Amino acid sequence: MSKGRYGIYGGQYISETLMNELIHLEESYEHYKNDPQFQQELQTLLNEYAGRPSLLYYAEKMTKDLGGAKIYLKREDLNHTGSHKINNVLGQALLAKKMGKTRIIAETGAGQHGVATATAAALLGMECEIYMGREDTIRQALNVYRMELLGAKVHPVTSGTQTLKDAVNECMREWTNRVDDTLYVLGSVMGPHPFPMIVRDFQSVISREARQQILEKEGKLPAAVVACVGGGSNAMGMFYNFIEDKEVELIGCEAAGKGVDTALTAATIATGSLGIFHGMKSYFCQDEYGQIAPVYSISAGLDYPGIGPEHAYLHDIGRAQYVPITDDEAVDAFEYIARTEGIICAVESAHAVAHVRKIAKNYSPDQSIIVCLSGRGDKDVAAIARYRGVDLHE
Amino acid sequence: MNKTQNKISRAFDTPNKKAFIGFLTAGDPTPDCTVHYILEMERAGADLIEIGIPFTDPTAEGVVIQDANIRALKGGMTTDGVFEIVRRVREKSRIPLAFMTYANPVFHYGYDRFFARCEELGVDAIIVPDLPYEEKAEMEEPANAHHVALISMIAPTSRERIRQIAGEAKGFIYVVSSMGVTGVRGEISTDLGAIVEEIRKVTDVPCAIGFGISTPQQAQSMAAVSDGAIVGSAIVRIIARDGDQAAPALYEYVKSMKEAVARA
Repeated sequence: MSKGRYGIYGGQYISETLMNELIHLEESYEHYKNDPQFQQELQTLLNEYAGRPSLLYYAEKMTKDLGGAKIYLKREDLNHTGSHKINNVLGQALLAKKMGKTRIIAETGAGQHGVATATAAALLGMECEIYMGREDTIRQALNVYRMELLGAKVHPVTSGTQTLKDAVNECMREWTNRVDDTLYVLGSVMGPHPFPMIVRDFQSVISREARQQILEKEGKLPAAVVACVGGGSNAMGMFYNFIEDKEVELIGCEAAGKGVDTALTAATIATGSLGIFHGMKSYFCQDEYGQIAPVYSISAGLDYPGIGPEHAYLHDIGRAQYVPITDDEAVDAFEYIARTEGIICAVESAHAVAHVRKIAKNYSPDQSIIVCLSGRGDKDVAAIARYRGVDLHE
Repeated sequence: MNKTQNKISRAFDTPNKKAFIGFLTAGDPTPDCTVHYILEMERAGADLIEIGIPFTDPTAEGVVIQDANIRALKGGMTTDGVFEIVRRVREKSRIPLAFMTYANPVFHYGYDRFFARCEELGVDAIIVPDLPYEEKAEMEEPANAHHVALISMIAPTSRERIRQIAGEAKGFIYVVSSMGVTGVRGEISTDLGAIVEEIRKVTDVPCAIGFGISTPQQAQSMAAVSDGAIVGSAIVRIIARDGDQAAPALYEYVKSMKEAVARA
């Protein structure tokens, strides 16, 4: 079995043209991971620039309203650029710079990863090109302009379903074209090894902080941690340092779209099957011949037909559970947390909030649940208004 | 494995020991056309045909073959449909055939079931661009069991990997001419002679060069430094342009390319 495996999942299913570059990336990462100067530079960027550590906020009103476990929100939405994506991007961009790369490229769905990558490129003085499905450039037009303001070039991807999966395809093609000076800054715990490992490590700061914060506040570990899952980067970051704490339930919330019994869904664990795609063996939404299925979710960031290999493994061994959340439930939760806590969170994160609304009462008041609020929701306000049939005028 | 070696290496058993290899996407624009076009390319002198099993997300392909994949899938092409095309070709032709597709359609069909069908119908080799040396074992074992050669690819970036890959290669070696994805290129700048020379140090398995070749001049110069030229996008472009009327143009084009390779 090749490197980068989580059980049977993961691997390096990628063109020969990229293999030496992936090996080089892995070697560079293993080197800098243990380099105190690199770690210090990264920590300084995370603290001084991105605003870490992020808050662990006790959502008292939600807790009272739901009547059960104490609800804590891990506020990744308060990071610079408004989501957890910056954690990984600062790490990878700094790594790229150390490797002597002058250019970074990235895919983006909702635009959060694209904005974070463009931000890091601006800060570190690197060239940046972002690939975004044309459909998503329309859904998230403001983020396109935001990336351009930051100096990035945004390529609308017109192939396939014109969403996140196609943006990944196009990024892989472009990287094959130009590897010498370019690093593909992958945005989630997916793709060929070493990306799932690198992205997990950079995102694990979420649970490293959260674990310490909850112990300070509650004096004991939470009963559960909950996060939304597309490719799965915020969830893996939220889960990672709790994996060994067997008493902590790990719950990932997939985008069910219109429902797992419809074709309009992106819930990979609920509806997908084992496959090989985008460099990894994992679960994918696909048809009987292994053709990748078009997926759907109101959330552009969860609108992806696969899931990271480590999640597939955690699912198989029963360490984490994955639940589908529909558009309706996510939008209700989006509105609920806005009214209840005065927080407009990303519609992606609202999938996790929706699940907590269902389960909080199953726990006692001396237990706690941490929800990863992976991003802020400004980008989604117009889409939620449309969903509710509200006509917004500029 | 010798049986496979012999079948696929028949393609290189030409007067100057160099092969012209043509690619098309199965079901583009229809299964009938694919059967007809394979036979037409054989008549024009092609020594080996690569049949693309369409995939929704062909990440190694440029736009020309991406579009062919979409046309074929929209037309209802499936893996079983591709096997049916091969069955019909085999009623009339013994030309060496290779599949070109991505790991997932083969994995999902079931490796053993897939290669058993290949063996039964006479598909001699398979090219899987998203299955590098490190991952090949899972597919190579069942492929070998059914006498299908899993073709190894070597890229301009392979460097010290060349010997490792070539040392285990079977059938023929697919040398990728350039960085990037498939598609017609004005100029190929990689030092392919040096790569082939490196390969020759460890194996005498034939080497064919692909990616970016479209003109007879390119085919001739690529075949001159190797054992053959592989042409995909330029053929698919003719099919995209002429649809179900592409036979005459395909014949003329393949004939001119074969003649160029024969001069190398």
